[in-house]
Amino acid sequence: MNHQKDNIDHDRRAFFGVAAGVTAAVVAPGVILHSVSAAPRAEAVTDAVRWGLLIDTTKCADGCRACLDACDRENGLDLQVRPEGQSEAKWESQKAVWIRKVQLQDNQTGRVTNLPLMCQHCEHPPCVDVCPTGASFKRADGIVMVDRHTCIGCRYCMMACPYKARSFIHEVVHDQLTRVPRGKGCVESCNLCVSRRDNGAASTACADACEAEGHGAIVFGDLKDSESPISQALKSMPSRQIREDLALNTGVRYSGV
Amino acid sequence: MAKAVVRAGLVAVSLAWALGAQVVLAADLGSFVKEGSKAAGLSACVEPTDDMRRNHMEMIKHQRDATVHEGIRGTRHSLAGCIECHVSPGPDGQPVAANAPHQFCNACHSFAAVDVNCFGCHAAVPNGGPVSEAALAAHRAAGVAVTQAGMPAGTKAEGR
Repeated sequence: MNHQKDNIDHDRRAFFGVAAGVTAAVVAPGVILHSVSAAPRAEAVTDAVRWGLLIDTTKCADGCRACLDACDRENGLDLQVRPEGQSEAKWESQKAVWIRKVQLQDNQTGRVTNLPLMCQHCEHPPCVDVCPTGASFKRADGIVMVDRHTCIGCRYCMMACPYKARSFIHEVVHDQLTRVPRGKGCVESCNLCVSRRDNGAASTACADACEAEGHGAIVFGDLKDSESPISQALKSMPSRQIREDLALNTGVRYSGV
Repeated sequence: MAKAVVRAGLVAVSLAWALGAQVVLAADLGSFVKEGSKAAGLSACVEPTDDMRRNHMEMIKHQRDATVHEGIRGTRHSLAGCIECHVSPGPDGQPVAANAPHQFCNACHSFAAVDVNCFGCHAAVPNGGPVSEAALAAHRAAGVAVTQAGMPAGTKAEGR
């Protein structure tokens, strides 16, 4: 018995050593990636991901404002106040709006489609092409946004955008959120909740709100990951880009239109 | 002789006046770090004090590009970090904007006549984002009411 104990099987030991090493090598990246994603980002974003949205217009309810309200709360847009002396009509046309609810009607059949329209996060964004200062830019992970430090407020990008996605801030802003700096003289638009992205949150405010409302019309995810829910959904159902004739390869896709 | 005494007297008076003026200027400047802020309880800023006084703008400027373009957050030179640490409670216990008169940013910047334009866009009080436990503890110790949502009570974006 003792003799057997002393007689160590070295091959067996080596096998276990290699097996443990291989297991660690396979599992560790997953564990490390997971823990990094929950903390504020410390490494520069890369083009290994491309963030996007898929909006199922058949699930988008008429009159529902859940995503718009959630966007306003997330980004401090609900803190905007009408400047004294400005008419209600002018304020409605000038205040910052990152998502617009659009209703389409087919005049021949009478079919009505509702959809939220925000920055489409194009692969080839016209707003970036026309920006004279480089303030309008596309981040490596596909988010199109404005660097307000270099924005001079010329509004060329607003002219160039086919989706009317951008807003200009006309008046001094007093109430900002720490996570969303915004101020007078700059252009702004949907940035796919960029502070959420950098802090490792799973989704956007609009997608979460739509889910909470029970519609589940908005799916957020990584377009480059073939296993992500958004890629799976894009694979299984027909979807379109709005103004796909412009060949901008938008990051926001719509189905049912 | 009398002339020499008068001259010496004048020199002494002007010296005293000049010194007095220095003291008054220093008093106008106020203390740099405000009482009740998290910073008041720490021995040093994220870099040595001399370095901070001279180069804080360069650090913030470098950081802003890394944050906006590369998405790097939560590093030691973030403006949100400056605000969180240096904002101090007012008489009503609410945090006072860091750029308000006699507050941390404004104390030096008004003396040096250098405009701070960070706060045209950035929040001057910790607001709407995750506030660290350390900051919350410092605020509580300083008597600042903190809501359950982790926000100083009474900020306009309360409960968010």
